[in-house]
Amino acid sequence: MPDTPTADIGVELRDVVKKFGEVAAVDHVSLAVRNKEFFAMLGPSGCGKTTCLRMIAGFERPTSGEVYINGEAQGATPPFERNVNTVFQSYALFPHMTVAQNVAFGLEMRGVAAPEVKRRVGEALELVRLPHLASRYPKQMSGGQQQRVALARALVNRPQVLLLDEPLGALDQKLRKEMQLELKSLQTQVGITFVFVTHDQEEALTMSDRICVMSQGHALQVGTPVEIYERPNCRFVADFIGETNFIDGTVSAVNGDFATLKTAAGMPVTGRIGGGPDARPTVGANATVSVRPEKITLAEKAPESGVNAHEVRVFSVGYVGSDTRVVVKLGDANIDVWEQNSVSTLDPNYFFRPGETAWLTFKPENALVLTS
Amino acid sequence: MTQATPSSELGWKRHSKPLVPYETSEKLGRFSLLAITLGAFAFLYVPIIVLVVFSFNSARTGAVWQGFTLSWYERMINNERLIDAALKSLVIATVSTIIAVIIGTLTALAMERYKFRSKGAWDALLYMPVIVPEIVMGVSLAMFFGLVSGGVKALVTAVTGVEPEVADVRGFGTLVISHVAFSMPFVYLTVRARLADFDTTLEEAAKDLGANEMRTFMRITLPLLAPGIISGALLALTLSIDDFIISFFVNGKGWNTLPIYIWSALKQGVTPEINAVSTALLLFSILIVTLSVVIQRRQQ
Ligand SMILES: Nc1ncnc2c1ncn2[C@@H]1O[C@H](COP(=O)(O)OP(=O)(O)OP(=O)(O)O)[C@@H](O)[C@H]1O
Ligand SMILES: [Mg+2]
Repeated sequence: MPDTPTADIGVELRDVVKKFGEVAAVDHVSLAVRNKEFFAMLGPSGCGKTTCLRMIAGFERPTSGEVYINGEAQGATPPFERNVNTVFQSYALFPHMTVAQNVAFGLEMRGVAAPEVKRRVGEALELVRLPHLASRYPKQMSGGQQQRVALARALVNRPQVLLLDEPLGALDQKLRKEMQLELKSLQTQVGITFVFVTHDQEEALTMSDRICVMSQGHALQVGTPVEIYERPNCRFVADFIGETNFIDGTVSAVNGDFATLKTAAGMPVTGRIGGGPDARPTVGANATVSVRPEKITLAEKAPESGVNAHEVRVFSVGYVGSDTRVVVKLGDANIDVWEQNSVSTLDPNYFFRPGETAWLTFKPENALVLTS
Repeated sequence: MTQATPSSELGWKRHSKPLVPYETSEKLGRFSLLAITLGAFAFLYVPIIVLVVFSFNSARTGAVWQGFTLSWYERMINNERLIDAALKSLVIATVSTIIAVIIGTLTALAMERYKFRSKGAWDALLYMPVIVPEIVMGVSLAMFFGLVSGGVKALVTAVTGVEPEVADVRGFGTLVISHVAFSMPFVYLTVRARLADFDTTLEEAAKDLGANEMRTFMRITLPLLAPGIISGALLALTLSIDDFIISFFVNGKGWNTLPIYIWSALKQGVTPEINAVSTALLLFSILIVTLSVVIQRRQQ
């Protein structure tokens, strides 16, 4: 993040590697989380998200590289001396303590005086709307309530950074949506940096200020939800976030911000050059065009501009209410096209039917040429 | 009475009248099962009940009930040698239990937490004493302490130049060591069982909240392991109090535990006083086991 002022950085990983035996769970990851930011780490199972979080919390030490909190190298600082708190996926509430005792634990360990502990525990339980359950034991509570206790137990210490490892993973869909909103508003309210691990892309997109997409121990891209979705810097990110079509080919022309590919069948496809400033495709190299289904339009007649216009055969049509999802054949490749149903009609002729021919178009600025 | 149609339900047809009507044979079956079960209970408990009852019998000898008395208990309490043996048993049991609990718990923690080669074999070695015949353990310990005594004698002779008349290491120390040896594996096993479903993220959570290693251990690990440790301790306590064979091999002069005293008193014949002592011992064991069950129940 060269454009980020360093004074504003809460947590930073610099070239961090973590090996378990020969396997690198985290492989040369560098990233910087700004203060008061809602930062999501997103990636498929086993990509190293939890390992990153555990290194920030101090449960694991990097094999090489360094973790900085508030600009200070953490080295071998034990977890109990770091100004971060964790909300564990399994909540890890102490079963032999009541809710109030659980929440008070961190304050007691820091030597806060008893009346102050009592007051702050009360406040924290207010914050998560559970003051009436203070004397319950964890196992007498529902998953959502336990989740909120775990949150209160961490927040009561007013850490600089809160680490959350898939905190909503154990909740059912409905509760999960509720808690997403609650968590987001809570974060704004308390003004604490949240590093939030999830493998649910929708969760990451709706909640975060910025997202780090990880795969196989690498941090592939860091950016706002819009950047991640609209300007993925590699094939993996484009594929992992949302839906997209890939059209493979070799680069035939490079023209300013745009490049043109020729597919195996000889069809030219043009798109914006993606993948960051140092990713300039060269003529003759293999590349792929990524174009999202909602950015393609289908027409009955050939459009006036010939760029990215191809005659295709409709393969299948799926009506899902808000839009119609059409699969067309471009050569051998299946291309997904989502057409928004912006007209209210019962006319069956309004929709394409399988077997018909159509013209597919998309604007070059709505497609990305990716070389990796 | 229920209507009898089970024959057809069972899938076979009765062609002739059975020798015994079906209902009768069913009743017979039930009755014999009941009889066998009752027999088993009788087999287990009649001797004990007889022992307890006769501890209240005023007759000095013989199997004839002559009337209720508490005099045997009175005599028991006034029997100095017996009380002395009981106290010795208690002291040995307490000391050996404390040591066994500390060693057993820490060993269980180490075995659970650390990875090393052939852990399975080491684990098996740790609970081996549970299945080693007591007589083997007794003989081996007696031999070992004999050797040590010999060594001590040789050492004292070498240092002072005078050969001591007695050099016997056997006594309180050897009893405690032996009792720790056979009761520690039980503590180890119960704590290990408790550790198997111990969630280590709870310890991480404690450290995350600012507790150092020691406070994490005292506030989280120990309270959560407590039921396992306590039931292990109660087991060790009863085992130590009851032990005869091993104690018999390793006790020194003057270190007669209660079971050894009972055994030696028995050589003069069974007296109702022995019954009274045994009853007291039984009561004590039942008490401890009940306590252990109650503690485990409360945790679940
Ligand atoms: N203590 C460990 N010992 C050995 N390998 C480990 C250890 N912890 C993690 N790994 C490995 O490191 C890799 C990354 O694990 P990590 O738990 O960070 O993944 P994750 O992104 O959190 O996945 P998930 O979404 O499933 O939680 C995995 O391949 C995992 O098997
Ligand atoms: Mg994980």
